[in-house]
Amino acid sequence: MEVTASSRHYVDRLFDPDPQKVLLGVIDMKNAVIGNNKQKANLIVLGAVPRLLYLLQQDSSGAELRTECAVVLGSLAMGTENNVKSLVDCHIIPALLQGLLSQDLKFIEACLRCLRTVFISTVTPVQLLYTDAAVIPHLMSLLSRSRRTQEYICQIFSHCCKTPDHQMILYNHGAIQNIAHLLISFSYKVQMQALKCFSVLAYENPQVSMTLVNVLVDGELLSQVFVRMMQRDKPIEMQLTAAKCLTYMCRAGAIRTDDNCIVLKTLPCLVRMCSKERLLEERVDGAETLAYLIEPDVELQRIASITDHLIAMLADYFKYPSSVSAITDIKRLDHDLKHAHELRQAAFKLYASLGANDEDIRKKIIETENMMDRIVSGLSESSIKVRLAAVRCLHSLSRSVQQLRTSFQDHAVWKPLMKLLQNAPEEVLVMASSTLCNLLLEFSPSKEPILESGAIDLLCSLTQSESPALRVNGIWALMNMAFQAEQKIKMDILRALSTEQLFRLLSDPDVNVLMKTLGLLRNLLSTRPHIDQIMSSHGKQIMQAVTLILEGEHNIEVKEQTLCILANIADGTTAKDLIMINDDILQKIKYYMGHSNVKLQLAATFCISNLIWNEEEGSQERQDRLREMGFVDILHKLTQSADPSLCDRAKTAMQQYLA
Amino acid sequence: MAELGAGSLHGGELAFNYQERELNERLKRLYPAVNEEETPLPRSWSPKDKYSYIGLSQNNLRVHYKGHGAGLCRLASKVIRVASKVIMCFVFSDHAGHGKNHKDAASVRATHPIPAACGIYYFEVKIVSKGRDGYMGIGLSAQGVNMNRLPGWDKHSYGYHGDDGHSFCSSGTGQPYGPTFTTGDVIGCCVNLINNTCFYTKNGHSLGIAFTDLPPNLYPTVGLQTPGEIVDANFGQQPFVFDIEDYMSEWRAKIQGIIERFPIAERLGEWQSVLQNMVSSYLVHHGYCATATSFARATETTIQEEQTSIKNRQRIQKLVLAGRVGEAIEATQQLYPGLLEHNPNLLFMLKCRQFVEMVNGTDSEVRCFTTRSPKSQDSYPGSPSMSPRHGASNPHLHGTGADSPTCSNGVSSGKNKQSHNKFPGLSSSSSSSSSSPSSANYSESNSTDSTKSQQHSSTSNQETSDSEMEIEAEHYSNGVLENSSTRIMNGTYKHEEILQADDSSLGNGLAEEGCTPRLLCGGNQAATERMIQFGRELQGLNEQLCREYGKNATHKQMLQDAFSLLAYSDPWNCPVGQQLDPMQRESVCATLNSAILESQNLPKQPPLMLALGQATECLQLMARVRSGSCSFARVDSFLH
Repeated sequence: MEVTASSRHYVDRLFDPDPQKVLLGVIDMKNAVIGNNKQKANLIVLGAVPRLLYLLQQDSSGAELRTECAVVLGSLAMGTENNVKSLVDCHIIPALLQGLLSQDLKFIEACLRCLRTVFISTVTPVQLLYTDAAVIPHLMSLLSRSRRTQEYICQIFSHCCKTPDHQMILYNHGAIQNIAHLLISFSYKVQMQALKCFSVLAYENPQVSMTLVNVLVDGELLSQVFVRMMQRDKPIEMQLTAAKCLTYMCRAGAIRTDDNCIVLKTLPCLVRMCSKERLLEERVDGAETLAYLIEPDVELQRIASITDHLIAMLADYFKYPSSVSAITDIKRLDHDLKHAHELRQAAFKLYASLGANDEDIRKKIIETENMMDRIVSGLSESSIKVRLAAVRCLHSLSRSVQQLRTSFQDHAVWKPLMKLLQNAPEEVLVMASSTLCNLLLEFSPSKEPILESGAIDLLCSLTQSESPALRVNGIWALMNMAFQAEQKIKMDILRALSTEQLFRLLSDPDVNVLMKTLGLLRNLLSTRPHIDQIMSSHGKQIMQAVTLILEGEHNIEVKEQTLCILANIADGTTAKDLIMINDDILQKIKYYMGHSNVKLQLAATFCISNLIWNEEEGSQERQDRLREMGFVDILHKLTQSADPSLCDRAKTAMQQYLA
Repeated sequence: MAELGAGSLHGGELAFNYQERELNERLKRLYPAVNEEETPLPRSWSPKDKYSYIGLSQNNLRVHYKGHGAGLCRLASKVIRVASKVIMCFVFSDHAGHGKNHKDAASVRATHPIPAACGIYYFEVKIVSKGRDGYMGIGLSAQGVNMNRLPGWDKHSYGYHGDDGHSFCSSGTGQPYGPTFTTGDVIGCCVNLINNTCFYTKNGHSLGIAFTDLPPNLYPTVGLQTPGEIVDANFGQQPFVFDIEDYMSEWRAKIQGIIERFPIAERLGEWQSVLQNMVSSYLVHHGYCATATSFARATETTIQEEQTSIKNRQRIQKLVLAGRVGEAIEATQQLYPGLLEHNPNLLFMLKCRQFVEMVNGTDSEVRCFTTRSPKSQDSYPGSPSMSPRHGASNPHLHGTGADSPTCSNGVSSGKNKQSHNKFPGLSSSSSSSSSSPSSANYSESNSTDSTKSQQHSSTSNQETSDSEMEIEAEHYSNGVLENSSTRIMNGTYKHEEILQADDSSLGNGLAEEGCTPRLLCGGNQAATERMIQFGRELQGLNEQLCREYGKNATHKQMLQDAFSLLAYSDPWNCPVGQQLDPMQRESVCATLNSAILESQNLPKQPPLMLALGQATECLQLMARVRSGSCSFARVDSFLH
């Protein structure tokens, strides 16, 4: 109550008719709010903000008063998120931006400082910086005014550059030229904020990155300036941010992955950031950036994997909160808890990148203490970020045949994975289903239990998803599942999927979906009894679909796959007739035997060869009929083919006639 | 083959010299704290400290496995020795059956153990050939560890092996450590003597800590086991693949951070008053009376010693530095009665100096005889023009005088580096003009007494002046002397540097000397006679001291040196001429100053210099007790 009364008094003084008294009132207010969140909230509730903004905007207020107003507003913005919200709601941003047009440097600096504080809050919509097109160029021009303007403006930019559009706006207004020389400023703060600007500008932006590599700062290449900032005696923050800049430039294609500044400087610097000596935040940042850097390059993955025992170092990321911190001090426990999720997901991400391509590295990762247990429990963590990272890691490791047969089986990873697939956001689903594809490979011992747990229905439902990635993964998994499977599974798949869905997938706009669907068909149509059975029940539709695809505009791979399906059908006993009675299909086969592409010729020839195979019922009639249609001449021609395998295939077929 | 050898030898030697120079430079840069006279750095493999199966070549940097039994050697080994410097050695062997078991293993150690003062030590080994099986170990071992083994298998032996990538920590069984290595790889081994750990690098990539709790005095070691294995060491002969200097910079920053943030448990303001005391006592010690007074005023501290006492000391010091030792002795006897009587050694030293200054022509005992132009009194080298030009030179004088406080405060004000650079220029360019007035002053006075009284009056002048340094220069200095007043201040530390600076200025002087030959006792006959008489008295004093206190070798030497000057026609340019250098007055002056202070129950050394000396000594001690952090805690880096 008392506080409110005194707060009231401060606000009242803002309305004093004597401008000198107003100034004194504002200065008193400034001193009263410093570090006092309650006082700040009170003043906001009592309506100080609109009055301060009014005073700030009036030229008649005088430079000193206007500056003090900006300072008080900046102080209010330093309080809670609610404070910032209230300020933004009072349209503080346009008022302050307007203030930047003043000639008075002190006032400009106070406005910038306040703007900076408002913009670095997560509750402020960054778009507000871009609503007036004149703002960015004006900020660029203010960069030359003082060290303070440099620091605040760079900080505003680095917090408000969130999208490629933002990057391009800043880029087009000469951000690079205007900020580059600040990297060698005498002020550490300016250097740091400029560096942060470059990291957000370069992120996933090839245009910015390509420009950056050619920028000279005081005669030195920018990349070399960044390398210097990564020297080990520089502050950690600087090393880490410089490493980010180079990482982003590298990933955007502006620096080669085998460049020394990446291999010998950036990578080791990021590995150091993962060490136990660093703060938890730095370790998270370091691991995530490193994961991003090495993701596409196996050589970098190999180097990282041997650097400073990185794989073992990451195991430590799972030890938070440690039992020690729980006992010794509550603050530490709180801190650890807050970062525990972040640490785990960062470690999973980095493991995923490390193990993306190299079998030896995967082996090393899995041999790390409790690794599989950690992944398994990570899959069912409450944090989506951790789940996603865990499944990414699992996916990366699931590319290893050996691991699928051993550790994956030992730890029954399929169980949490299947659970994850029941109910998860799309990005998790994509990763999880992709991992499941690998687990369903023929040699994987997990295949059986996964089937038993109702995977077929789940995968079939994925094929109906809106997302092409999920449809591909669903049908891919089914394809893997059908490979050399027993009759019952095949029939289950067909039943669960339904022929309607199968044919819908055969006309899917995504070529990957089409390819995998054809793959599924091919896998379903293998071994004679299976072929006959499936063809007897679905023959008509399948033949229709095959015709349709062979007639359609598809690439070579699709057509080849389709001809292979025909060849499989031709391998059946009763199924053969479905081709023999279909003149249209036979003409198409003939056409593809004379096609310019060897692969298609081979597949078509294979099909014919199956049809005329001796010692099978009715082979004589089929041979005769096909001879009538002119296939023998074509086969004869193909025996002269330059391609040895086609030549062989044709000769084998011809022998069937000779016998 | 001999021809080929001879042909390439010349080039080889050149390359060797170049490599040697580069090696020295790199080692100096990497390990500045190492005193190689005490603890030499490893520069090659030791031909003595190796197992017989090991062969060395290429200046003992290349190691190859030759196995046992010379008879089995299919190719002859040929050693060509040239100028006993370059050794080229071709040895090849191909023994089937080698490397089958551990008995075939053989190691070689470097010539010296790694000095602790390195702080962080690093060497690299390039695998030239993995030979038959690539059973190679790179690491460290203590002296005396069995050489018929790979590094790591025994106690006090540590190694990283190429065949399996394991690390061996004094044990026959290895631990998984890093990747394997083979032909073409460069393996580095870094010993951190601060936390006693070791890590390896492969092709410039750090592999992480391999060993902890390492014992001291380990030697770089490599071991080979199968035929054909060849490795080359780089102890700094070439740039390293791994950026070791970057790693060092991290530790340097770490340790300096620890020092800078070292917690000072104290009551409020205590630390500050200690610092103020340090500065104040330093000023007082060297007699910067006015500066000390104003410092005391600004910091509201008190000065222990009385003003007059400081001024007295200052006066005596100035007399000594001006070469007027006789007056200095007299003043001392007058102001501090009993001091010299109780210090016969000091008195003898002063008298010896006085004799030297008589030869020089600067002491008042001989100066009073010289009625000639001031020219003759100038006894300093490097003063080509000697005509007195009072008016013209006075303003200039102030200018040069102003330099002297900067110089002399070098230690405390942190500008000593600049001031050193000023030496040569100062002595040659300004000596003539600045010396003239002072000599002119003396030529006017015909007796010691009058000079003295003048001296007194000048001292009283000083009291009214704010900056004493300027006046100091005005009254005594000619250029060289001014240097010496600088030197005494700096002289307490970094003596070597100063000496060097002086040599060069002396050298300059000698070169110019031809046109103006300096004369004994200023060339005056009476002065010379007085000098000889004084010499006899000195001899007498020596004999007296011998009787009273027994023989004193130092005295004998001093006397001998001083008298030797007379044996040469040009004492300034003779083997013992060094004594005439005004710089020699410094040590005499410092000794006298300390003795006076001691007699007043004041510290004979300023606490600041004591602290500095203690810190320096402490660092040397740290190096001796193998505490590696001394290498990154340089006293210099805190004296900006």
